[in-house]
Amino acid sequence: MGQAIYALENVQQNYDGRCVLDIESLSVMQGEVLAIVGPSGAGKSTLLRLLNFLEAPFSGSLTFDGETASAEMDIEQRRRVTMVFQHPVMLKRSLDANLHFGFALRGEKLSEELRAEWLQRLGLMGLRTQAANKLSAGEMQRVALARALIVEPDVLLLDEPTANLDPANVALMEKIVREENEKNHTTIVLVTHNVFQARRLAQRTALLIDGKLIEITDTEQFFEQPETEQTAAFVRGEFIY
Amino acid sequence: MEVLFEALLDAFGLIIDLDPELRAIVGLTLRVTGIGLVLAMVLGIPIGVGLGLSKRIPAAGCVVPLIYTGMGLPPVVVGLFVYLFLSNQGPLGDFRWLFTPTAMIIAQTIIALPLVIGLTLTAIQSIDPMLPLQVRALGATRGQLAWTMLAEARLGLFAAIVAAFGSIISEVGAVMLVGGNIAGETRVLTTAIVLETRKGNISLALALGLILLGLAFLANLVMYRLQVQGASK
Repeated sequence: MGQAIYALENVQQNYDGRCVLDIESLSVMQGEVLAIVGPSGAGKSTLLRLLNFLEAPFSGSLTFDGETASAEMDIEQRRRVTMVFQHPVMLKRSLDANLHFGFALRGEKLSEELRAEWLQRLGLMGLRTQAANKLSAGEMQRVALARALIVEPDVLLLDEPTANLDPANVALMEKIVREENEKNHTTIVLVTHNVFQARRLAQRTALLIDGKLIEITDTEQFFEQPETEQTAAFVRGEFIY
Repeated sequence: MEVLFEALLDAFGLIIDLDPELRAIVGLTLRVTGIGLVLAMVLGIPIGVGLGLSKRIPAAGCVVPLIYTGMGLPPVVVGLFVYLFLSNQGPLGDFRWLFTPTAMIIAQTIIALPLVIGLTLTAIQSIDPMLPLQVRALGATRGQLAWTMLAEARLGLFAAIVAAFGSIISEVGAVMLVGGNIAGETRVLTTAIVLETRKGNISLALALGLILLGLAFLANLVMYRLQVQGASK
């Protein structure tokens, strides 16, 4: 694990005067897989939107690779981060065009080799020209993952990416995520309800409750020897939602 | 039935003869409609996209109903306002545009504009509300986001263009008022039909009507082809 790629200090996010995120300090290290678990409404997705520069924090400091994140942030910096959402929305174009989309935004062309490689990895070789919005939920989510990864971002943010998928799709998605982290050292921040998935994928795991960071530590320790009673309860599945 | 048959023969005769007066009328009809449509698109599509993408439309409670009201504007009322603005005593009287094709284009643009804005706005709003966020999350600039939304709303956009085209090519009240139906100057198919009917040349009026219908059909056919091509991409 290298240096911190994200550093958050006293970051608060408010919606209509309600504080939904209040993080004293959090660093995301370059090349790590960090899982963020917690109950619904804990502020996990809000945190990802901040990390994707889709929103600016209400207060506090958020830096990305040493640069303060803001609405005026350079587009090239913003493009180092991509995200996959729980409910992917496909462009009303072919699967192929969806894969190419990130390249088109960057004014680049997707090479035939890379396209073929990803279609192979996704198991979607035969569906290349199919309308992407007519694919099954699992296929769409695989395309969404590839669409975000094919541009080789430094950071991939995953917001409950496998919440609605069957085990086979989950396994394939996790395999791709693991490979990208190992081969390309892509930093991955994974928000999930699924503690088993966090345990399978992440090197560090954090618990977020009511917008506050309760604990962040090595995944092994998080599950075996949690420091706080709240983490222990959450891991045991005793947390009351 | 006999009149209709006669009209058909007249229409074919006029087309085959390439009657110079008819050519001028058809040419002006297409010019006025085409320029009016393009202006309405150039102004209306960005406004419609902007309104559709803004989370909070300023005074949304009034702006959107106003646009929807504009979609049903009586053309003759538009014509009256344009007439008053362009007449000698009006604020734009110095331009001397009244009874020129420019005045007709202005009226046509005003008639088509709310249709283009309203239908573009509806088309943009019908896109999955999560898409803009996901497009931005892949690294789109604001301009690229707007362009992507436009591409996603392309079917609705075609509907807007077709509706605006239909409303202005068939429009008669406003162009009559501000154009004056001057032979060789501001006479278009619709105003020529009114004139020929009043003169009792029913078969000629019908022939012009058939030509107008044919032109509208051809234009819609081209737009439909483009729409089908766009949908399959």
